[in-house]
Amino acid sequence: MALSGLAIYKLLPKTNCKECGFPTCLAFAMKLAALQVDLADCPYVSDEAKQQLAGASAPPIRLITVGNEHRKIEVGNETVMYRHEKTFYHQPGFFYRLDAGLDDEAFRERLQAIVGYEVERVGQELAPEGVALADGDVSADVYAKRAKQASAAGALVILLTTDPDEADAACAEMGGSKPLIYAATPDNWEQMAAVAAKHDVPLAVRGSGDLDELAELAKQIAGKGAEDLVLDPGTRGWAATLEDLTRARRAAIRKGFRALGYPVITFPGEGANGPEEEALLAAQHVAKYAGFVVMDHFDPAALYTLLTLRQNIYTDPQKPIQVSPGLYPVGDPTPESPLLVTTNFSLTYFSVAGEVEGSGIPAWLLIADAEGMSVLTAWAAGKFDADSIAKAVKTMGVLDKVSHRRIVIPGFVATISGELEEELPDWEILVGPRESIGIPGYLKQLTTA
Amino acid sequence: MALAMPNVRETWRGAVLEVTLGATREQGGTRTKTVTVGGETALPFAHFEGAMPHRPVVAVEVMDRMPDEWPPPLLDAWGDVLGDPAAWAAKAEELGAGLIYLILDSAHPERGDTGPDQARAVVRAVLDATGLPLMIIGPGQAEKDNEVLVAAAEEAAGERIALGNCEDKNYRTIVAAALASDHLVVACTPIDVNLAKQLNVLITDMRLDLDRIVMDPTTGALGYGIEYTYSVMERLRIAALSGDNVLQLPMVVTAGYEAWRAKETRTDEGVPSGWGDWERRAVLWEANTATTLLQSGADIVTMRHPRAIVLIERAIDELMEPPS
Repeated sequence: MALSGLAIYKLLPKTNCKECGFPTCLAFAMKLAALQVDLADCPYVSDEAKQQLAGASAPPIRLITVGNEHRKIEVGNETVMYRHEKTFYHQPGFFYRLDAGLDDEAFRERLQAIVGYEVERVGQELAPEGVALADGDVSADVYAKRAKQASAAGALVILLTTDPDEADAACAEMGGSKPLIYAATPDNWEQMAAVAAKHDVPLAVRGSGDLDELAELAKQIAGKGAEDLVLDPGTRGWAATLEDLTRARRAAIRKGFRALGYPVITFPGEGANGPEEEALLAAQHVAKYAGFVVMDHFDPAALYTLLTLRQNIYTDPQKPIQVSPGLYPVGDPTPESPLLVTTNFSLTYFSVAGEVEGSGIPAWLLIADAEGMSVLTAWAAGKFDADSIAKAVKTMGVLDKVSHRRIVIPGFVATISGELEEELPDWEILVGPRESIGIPGYLKQLTTA
Repeated sequence: MALAMPNVRETWRGAVLEVTLGATREQGGTRTKTVTVGGETALPFAHFEGAMPHRPVVAVEVMDRMPDEWPPPLLDAWGDVLGDPAAWAAKAEELGAGLIYLILDSAHPERGDTGPDQARAVVRAVLDATGLPLMIIGPGQAEKDNEVLVAAAEEAAGERIALGNCEDKNYRTIVAAALASDHLVVACTPIDVNLAKQLNVLITDMRLDLDRIVMDPTTGALGYGIEYTYSVMERLRIAALSGDNVLQLPMVVTAGYEAWRAKETRTDEGVPSGWGDWERRAVLWEANTATTLLQSGADIVTMRHPRAIVLIERAIDELMEPPS
């Protein structure tokens, strides 16, 4: 049952007190209509209004936070099955299993490898979120110390324990950064729910392959005051996790089934044979609905592919990452330095700029407005052609900064050279390589000729 | 009282057509087996609400020239067979390929500019060296495509080859060749649902049966546009299952070709330490391109690295196993 923003607004206090975090009740109402906020954020909504709005207004998949204001991950608040319908909003967290029972040096080394990992891609910093702390048969005391150590090192933490006392001890040591407790089961759920409610931390619920049973258990647990839940359907295989994650999301999003309205956690290492298969199954989980992905094998090569995939799948289709059109100096170009032109799709810009930088030959990079599309896509769509390049040359300060009249166009649009010559009669049109990887060689040839 | 989750099964109105490549002796060809793809009545691997009668197939790339520009991880993995298309195809079959994706790349004006005679010779050699069905792809330049694909089609008459790529600006000659020699075609469009539909209509207007077409929606590799391909494929498959007849066709993705254009697979010089081991990164770059696009409906995946091929076959084995 979807209410319009206006219909919701009529039920709100209309005082614009801003305590919900939005400037007006109308703004809050619009967010509620889009299922992006919780009605509970409004301290003054009447009981009557709550009745009318309950169910219709809460996000179908609850937003779960692990961490604190300094470092956190938020998962949930998804509203569509396919990213092309709108977008996927909150990318899954990547966690690596870390055994609390390792000796000090081994523990520190692995912890450091995980928290120290960072890589940059198209101007964004990509990194895993943290560790899933396995209890490795240590005492609750030692387990709690390891949790504290991991958190202090900068990792977000998932506590892999079914012992409520152990979970309680660990939560107490986390210094205000919320861990995710994994997990409540049919055997321990009452105590675990109490621990989660006491510390106000999210709690994973582990099923055993039956979504009906999982829903029942989740409902019971939420009834005990632990409302920030994460689901583990209990299945591990490729087809089984695809089915369970798909069905759970459909139930939440299409049927408003609250009992499964929570993010899902997956364990690709447990469903695959070996590190490389784990990387492939993890990729499936990234594309198909996982909120938390716990991996066993830490390998930068594999992690980099998954971080990239996560970045790709969770890009808003309406807002491909773009850079502003303009004339960019790369290295320290002089007025005699080469001039290259390409589109303002961020990947294009970073690829080309990166190659120019790597060549050691300073150059000017003219970024034309191609509505954020890549060279081929923009050319096919008529957004990167002789007209748009000529316009960029004339309006972006090229004539002031560049003293020569030679421009290098991407190899893939060689066919426009003739037209471009007509648009820019004083200019020599040079056709560069088709792949950005060919740029250093090309520039060397160009500047030594 | 146990809480029952609601029924969320999709009931689709349409299904993907089954498309068969290859012809055995009984059927007028010389292939040891045929390969059928498509036939899905639900989203990829959704065994709980439909049928997936045919597993996706790995098509291994074979080129008719020595691929000197391939990076070391790939050259080392294949060794001596590169540059000998017959040996290469035989080795691919040994590795477990389902199809051979033969690219007549030496016909490209800048990479050899060979002609119909060379094309005939290569096609003959490959047909003799392997019993697998073939896809035969031109060099990607309109005039040469037409020239060599016509020759290839004649040479392989009766073998039910998929000839590619047909594009909106150049399809007539290739479709005519397919009609003349009982072949299929690959219809390639630039990541656009409407253009895909349009090209299929143009091709069937020439009287080629709809189930003689495989769609290539154009593949972007991981990190280089994969999400565009992923989403257009989801939209194409949903349209097919919703009853749009002209889009009820299997899809091919060129994971190998695209992944090995990426800097991440081609070089290890001056790359960040976070990129990890070169060979593993490259293999997984290809494998994770392919695995993601299996989830969006790829029926044929073209691949290059032997290790990536093995990984994808494993993934397909697992995904085709309905949960008990």
